[in-house]
Order: sequence, then C-alpha cells, then structure tokens
Amino acid sequence: MATIIETKKLNLWYGDNQALYGIDSELQDKEITALIGPSGCGKSTFLKTLNRMNDLVDSCRIEGTVMFNGKNIYGDKINVTELRTRIGMVFQKPNPFPMSIYDNIAYGPRLHGVKGRKKLDEIVERSLRQAAIWSETKDCLKKSALGMSGGQQQRICIARALAVEPEVLLMDEPTSALDPISTGKIEELALELKKKYSIIIVTHNMQQASRISDKTAFFLLGKLIEFGDTEQIFNNPQDRRTDDYISGRFG
Amino acid sequence: MKIRKDTAEFLFKIIFLICGIAAVFCVLAISIYLLISGIPAILEIGLKDFLFGTVWKSEKSQFGILPFILTSIYGTAGAVVLGVPLGILTAVFLAKAAPPKIAEVIHTCVELLAGIPSVVYGLTGMTVLVPFIQKTFNLSSGACLLSAILVLTVMILPYIISVSETALKAVPKEYEEASLALGATQTETWFRISIRAAASGIIASVIQGVGRAIGEAMAIIMVSGNVANMPALFASVRFLTTAIVSEMSYAAYGSLQRNALFSIGLVLFLFILLINGLLRLVSERNSLK
Repeated sequence: MATIIETKKLNLWYGDNQALYGIDSELQDKEITALIGPSGCGKSTFLKTLNRMNDLVDSCRIEGTVMFNGKNIYGDKINVTELRTRIGMVFQKPNPFPMSIYDNIAYGPRLHGVKGRKKLDEIVERSLRQAAIWSETKDCLKKSALGMSGGQQQRICIARALAVEPEVLLMDEPTSALDPISTGKIEELALELKKKYSIIIVTHNMQQASRISDKTAFFLLGKLIEFGDTEQIFNNPQDRRTDDYISGRFG
Repeated sequence: MKIRKDTAEFLFKIIFLICGIAAVFCVLAISIYLLISGIPAILEIGLKDFLFGTVWKSEKSQFGILPFILTSIYGTAGAVVLGVPLGILTAVFLAKAAPPKIAEVIHTCVELLAGIPSVVYGLTGMTVLVPFIQKTFNLSSGACLLSAILVLTVMILPYIISVSETALKAVPKEYEEASLALGATQTETWFRISIRAAASGIIASVIQGVGRAIGEAMAIIMVSGNVANMPALFASVRFLTTAIVSEMSYAAYGSLQRNALFSIGLVLFLFILLINGLLRLVSERNSLK
C-alpha cells in the first residue's frame, strides 16, 4: 500500500493554545483511516489541517509538514484551491447549498470551468450514483436539496464532494447528526468508496471505527497516542490509554 | 389587593390598545383624506388625461402628470442602478472581508450618511454637484435629472448597505465552508454562495431603498431644476414629490390646481403601497424558508 498523506512533527496552535503536538503519521491510499478520541482531543483539528481548512481561523499557526503525494501542502508553491479539489471534505452537519440538487452537485465542476449541459448532466449522474443516492434523486434533481432528509442531504454532500474527482475524502463525523439507518447507509457507502478514494474519517462512534476502518488513530489531548491496524488497536492496544478509551473507562 | 392589580392590568391593556390603534388611525385617516381630496380632480380632468397627459401647465389648466411619474421612475431606477452594485459590494466587504477596524470606520460613516437631513444633501448637491455637472458636461445649468439621480444614490446607499450586510452576516458559515472545501476561492464563495443565500434580504434592502428614493422631495428639488419637462438625463425635471411641494404654496384654495396636487399625492401614495406590498411579499417568502 502506498502512503498518500504523511505528516511530520505537525504542531498547531490556536492563539496561545497548542492543539496538536508533533503528529507523525502515514495515511495509506485506498484505505479508510478512522480518527478516534474524546472531544477536544484534536482529531477534527488534525483532519482540517489536511485540506488547509484551518487557514480560515485567523489565530491558527502551524509548524511541521504535511506531505500529500510527496509535496508539502504548507510549502510555498501550493495552490490551496487546487489542493481542496484534490482533497474533498464532508462535514459533520449536512450542509447542502440552498439550491437545487443538480446545482449542488454541479457547483464544484462549474467552479472549475466545466461547461455544457451534457457534460454536467454526466457528472451529476455519476456523482449521485457513486454516493448511492441516484435512485432517490433522479426524479427531483430540480428540487431544493434542503427538502431532503438529513441522511439524504449528507449523501448529496458526499456526491457534491465526489463531483470534482478528489483523491482523498475527509469526513468530519459525517453520521453524528443522522439516525441509525442513514448512518448504516453512509458506512456502506464509505466501504464502497474506498475502492477508488482514500478516506479519513473522524468519528465519536467506536463501533463505527471498528466496522469500517482499516487503520485507526487514537488521539488524546492533542497527541497521537497510537496508530495502527484497526483490528490491532481494538483487540490488542499497545498503550494503556488506548485500552482505557476503547474499553470505555473514559471519554 | 388582588382586585386593584387586576384593574391596573386591565387599564394597561386598554392603554396599549389605544397606542396601537393610534398608528392604524393615522394611516386610515391619511388614506381616506387622500382619496377624498385626490379623486375629484382626477374625475374632472379624466383619468387618462391626468395620468398620461404630457403637459403640466397650471396657468393654462393643463394637468398631465406623465412627466412627473416618469421622472420619479427614471430617477429611482437610476439611483438603484448606481446604488445597488455599490451598496451590495460594500455590504460584502463589511460582512466578509473587511478587517474589524476598517469595518468600524465604514460603519460609522454609513450611519452618519443615514442620519444626514435631506436638506443638507440638497444644499451640498446644489453648491457642489450642480456646478460640477454643469462644467463637466458643458450645460447651461447643472440642475437636472442626473444630479438628482446622484443625490438619490447617495441617500439610498446606507439602507442598502446596512440591510444587505445583516442578511449576508446571517448566511450560515457551513455554506461558505462547503464552498471553500470544494476549491472555491473566497471571492467565488461570496458571489456564488453568500450573495445568493442572502438574496431575499438583499432584495428587501433594495425595495426599501426604492421606497426611500421615490418619496424623497427636499434634496432633489434643490438639484433637479424643477421644470415640468419630460425626463431626460440633462433636462431640468420635476418629480411627483417636488411637483406638490413647488405649487402647493400658491395654489388657490378649492381650485382645480390644488386638487390636482392632491391627486398627485394619491398617485405617490399608491406607488408607496405597491413598494410596501412587494417588501411584504419578499419577507414572507423569506420567513417560509
């Protein structure tokens, strides 16, 4: 398996508060990596450093390197908007734009210059199919995406992210606002998508991590405590703090 | 003790009700008064001749108000064409891009702009803008529709800016984040997502600006030349409002001229009703979302 993202000595501060401490990690291509840990442990912050969404926070300061396909994304010659098309993101709360389902999916491609009805139609259908929501939306593409259920909205958001053909998909607790059935569908979808994409998912739900991920990273107080095969992390954790967390003694 | 409290409660409810009714009463009184005093002249002149007559010469008993109607519409439209892009871009800058200190300075200026009495706008326009226009375009007089449009533009700006800014600030951050995460730049995000999501608020701000512009009299009478011509950019013109102001003082009581001025008031009132209706429609659609 090839490494797609590698972080070295990644430190991050919000103002004077250090939120990440020297994170060294290697994330593998075409795998699902789960980031787990109690609230405020830095796992979402870590996720957002990978597509530079932390740039939006004024007080945020970052040291260290994040190599994506061998290039430091915090280097000088990086085009952030291009980076974000290659590393897509799905958010905790489903956030489709207040426009039609079609326009939601076509938003990214249009942004990057795709024109022509036929080409866009193709992209929209392909993306919705990939996100396993085509059958539910094909008859109402012109309707507002806000009229769909939460689970459907989240899959539309996944389709929207896939429409710009990223290599990596970051998912920030994508099912925490959803009911169990919708959650199940998103998990199935993630397993399907990893054939083509590398997925990094933050989750509070440890069953979810053990069900779908290949690798698991356990964060605590801004440090990466343990990182390894999911099976090993859950069955035979090397660090006592990992053991305490996954067996529910805290967090 | 209990009874006294109840009585006080009851009394206050009555007082509240009376206060509420006062506003309703004023509107009703004005509407009825305008109808009663505006309709006779229209009947005497004939609705078609009144609304679509192109000549207003009160000394010859010619009372066609088409020049006033068109001037009011052109003047307002001109102010909207200039003021809306300027106002919206300022609002985007304030809501999204401006560093806090700069935003504060601009806010203060916008508030001041809203608070300047219209006669001061008129005075400044008359002494600065009108001579400037006269020189720039080599006219015999700079008091014309263009000057009025420029003054109106500045007057509606604060409305457009502050209401649009509020609407833009209310756009959920999640929308903008999603757009950025798809590789949009910040500017692309503001134009494609933020303005779109705030559209109904922005439209409301524009309608408010239109209401303000169409009802303005004092500032524009001082810069527009005040002759009842059909409107042209460099012509001396009269608006619906300024037509009333300029003749009311010498129109003989009970004369057709005076009654026709009331009819103009009625037309103006209908315009304002229409604009308020539109505003209601937009804000209702907004609240449904």
